[in-house]
Amino acid sequence: MNLFCIGLSHHTADVATREQFAGGATTESILCQTSCAEALLLTTCNRVEVYAVSDTRISTDEIARCLMRKIDGDPHNYAPPFYRYEADKCVQHLFRVASGLDSMVVGESEIFGQAKRAYELARQSGAAGPYLHRLFQRAFRVAKQVRTHTDIARGTVSVGSVAVDLAQRIFGKLSECKVLVLGAGETSERTARALISRGVSDLRVSNRSIDRACQLAQTVGGRAIPFDEWAAQCSEIDILLTSTASETPLLTRAKLAPMLRERLDRPLFIIDIAVPRDVDPSVNEMEGVYLYDIDSLRSVAEQSLALRRQQVAAAEAIIAEHVADFLDSISRGLNRPSQMADHPSPGETSLRTSEL
Amino acid sequence: MDRYLLIVSTICYLAAVVHTAGELRVGVFRPMRFNFFAVGLGFVFQTAFLSLRGHALGRCPLTNLFEVFVFLAWSVSLMYMLVGPLYRLSLMGAFTAPLVVLLQSFALIAPIDVRHSVNIPANPWVEFHASISTVAYGAFALACIAGVMYLVQERQLKTHQLHSIFYHLPPLTDLFATVTRLLWWGLGLYTLGIVSGFFTGRPLPRVQVVAALGVWLLYATILQGRHLRWLAPKWVAALCIVGFSVALALLWGITFTAEMRPPP
Repeated sequence: MNLFCIGLSHHTADVATREQFAGGATTESILCQTSCAEALLLTTCNRVEVYAVSDTRISTDEIARCLMRKIDGDPHNYAPPFYRYEADKCVQHLFRVASGLDSMVVGESEIFGQAKRAYELARQSGAAGPYLHRLFQRAFRVAKQVRTHTDIARGTVSVGSVAVDLAQRIFGKLSECKVLVLGAGETSERTARALISRGVSDLRVSNRSIDRACQLAQTVGGRAIPFDEWAAQCSEIDILLTSTASETPLLTRAKLAPMLRERLDRPLFIIDIAVPRDVDPSVNEMEGVYLYDIDSLRSVAEQSLALRRQQVAAAEAIIAEHVADFLDSISRGLNRPSQMADHPSPGETSLRTSEL
Repeated sequence: MDRYLLIVSTICYLAAVVHTAGELRVGVFRPMRFNFFAVGLGFVFQTAFLSLRGHALGRCPLTNLFEVFVFLAWSVSLMYMLVGPLYRLSLMGAFTAPLVVLLQSFALIAPIDVRHSVNIPANPWVEFHASISTVAYGAFALACIAGVMYLVQERQLKTHQLHSIFYHLPPLTDLFATVTRLLWWGLGLYTLGIVSGFFTGRPLPRVQVVAALGVWLLYATILQGRHLRWLAPKWVAALCIVGFSVALALLWGITFTAEMRPPP
C-alpha cells in the first residue's frame, strides 16, 4: 500500500495558481479517475491537497489533471508548484497541517475544522477507508495535543482581536463592563461588534454627528451619547474605544485626572485606534490606566506571533513522536492498536470517543 | 526520621520550582499536572512530618522557630489548596512553591530546631492561639503571592511587553479580588488568634503584644485604604508584599524572644 499526499499551498503557489485547482474536483471524482483505493480532498483558501492510498504508484500529473478546473489547461504547466509526500513524510505533513504549523498564520485553528469537515465528507462518501480513517483520527489527536501542550495557539495575531483579548485579560468577564465608543467609523464598528460578541452589554456611542452615533448605536445594540458629554462618561466606563478624525488629542492627563479619582479601584482600558491619536500617550503613565494605540496593538500581535513561532520546535517534537508511533502501528497491521493509541491521556479520552 | 519527611517534602516543592523555571527559561509556561502533583505530594509529606512531630511532643508542633517555619509553610500550602482551585488560580502553585522551598530550606539548614529541656504541659488556648495565628500568616503569605502575580500582570500590560506567562495569569481584576479576599481571611483569622491569646491564662509579653497589634494594624490599614479607595490596586498589591515581609520578620522576632524566655 502506498500512502501519499499531493497538493499545493501558499508555500508553493500564488493565489492565481491555487484557484486553478480549488473546487475542480471532488473526492469521488479522484477515486473514479485514478486507481486510488482511498482518497481524501482537503481544500482551503491556502491549500489544495489530496491524501490517498493506492496499490500502485500514481503520478503527480495524474492527480493534477483531476484537480485542474480548466479543461484546456496543460497539467504539466502546473506540476512544479505541486509537492508530493509519501509514507512517513505524508504522515508528518498531515500532522503539521492539522496542528496549524503549515498555516500562513502559525498556530491558527481554522485548518483543524476544515480537515475535520474534509474527513467527514470522505467518510460519508466511503472514500476514506481504514488507512485514512486511522491517519486522520491520529492527526486530530496530535493537533489537540499540540494545542494543549504548547503555546502555539496562544494570544491573538490580528490587531482587532488583540484589543478584545486584552480587555478580557484585564477584566475577565466582559459582561459587566461598560464600553464607550468614541467615533462611529468602520473600525469602531468592527471592534464594538467584537466586544459585544464577547459579552459586553452596556455599550455607548458618541460621535460629532449625533445621527451617525444613533445609527451605529442602533446597529450594534448600544445607546448614543451627545459628543459634548462623552468626557463625563470616563468616570463610569471600563473600556474607551476611540477612533475619531480629530487633529489634536481629545483626552489628556489633565482632563482624565479628576475622573480617575472617583474610580481608583477600577482599571480603565483605552483603545486608541485613531491616527492621529485621540489620547495623549502620557495618559498611560496614570495609575490604573492601560492605553493601547494602533502601534502597541500591532506590537502585541507581533509578539503573539513570535511566541507561536517559538513553540514550533516543541510542536515538531510531539509530531515526530506520533509519526514514529503511527508508522509502527501501521507496520504491525491496522487492527493492532499502537502503544500511544492504547493509552491516551485522560483529557484525550472524551475527544477520541467523540471523534470515533 | 521526621526530618527526612521534611527533606522529601522540600524536594517535591523544589521539583515544581525547577520545572517552572525550566519552562520559563525556554519561554513557555504551562501549569501542568506535574506542578499540581509535586505541590500535592509535598503537602502530604509536610502533613506527615507535622503529624509525627505533634505526636512526639504530645501537642501542636509550634514549640520552636523550626516548627513555626514548617507550620507556616504548611499553612501557605493549605491556603493555596483551598484558594487556588476555588478562584481558578492554578498558576499560584508556581509562585507558592518557591516560598515554601525558601521557608523549609531555612528551617532545615539553620540551627533552630532546639528542643526545650523542660516538658511544657499542653494548653489548648495557647495551641489554638499559635496555630490559628500561623494559618493567618499563611493567608497573608498567599495574599503576598497574589500581589506579586498582580504586579507581574500589571507591569506587562503597562509596558505592552507580553510574555508567555501573561496568557496564563488570571485577569487583573480577578487577581485584585483574590488579594482582597485573602487579606480579609488573614485579618479575620489573625484577629481570632490575638483574641484567643488573652485566654491563655498566662501573662502576655509586652513585645509580643505590640508586635502582633502592629501587624494587625498594618493589614487593617491596607484593607481600609483599599475599601475607602485611598490606595490604587497596584499599591495594595505592593503593600501585601511589604506587609508579609514585616509580618515574617516580626514572627521570627516573637518566636525568638519566646524561646529566650524560660518556660513558665
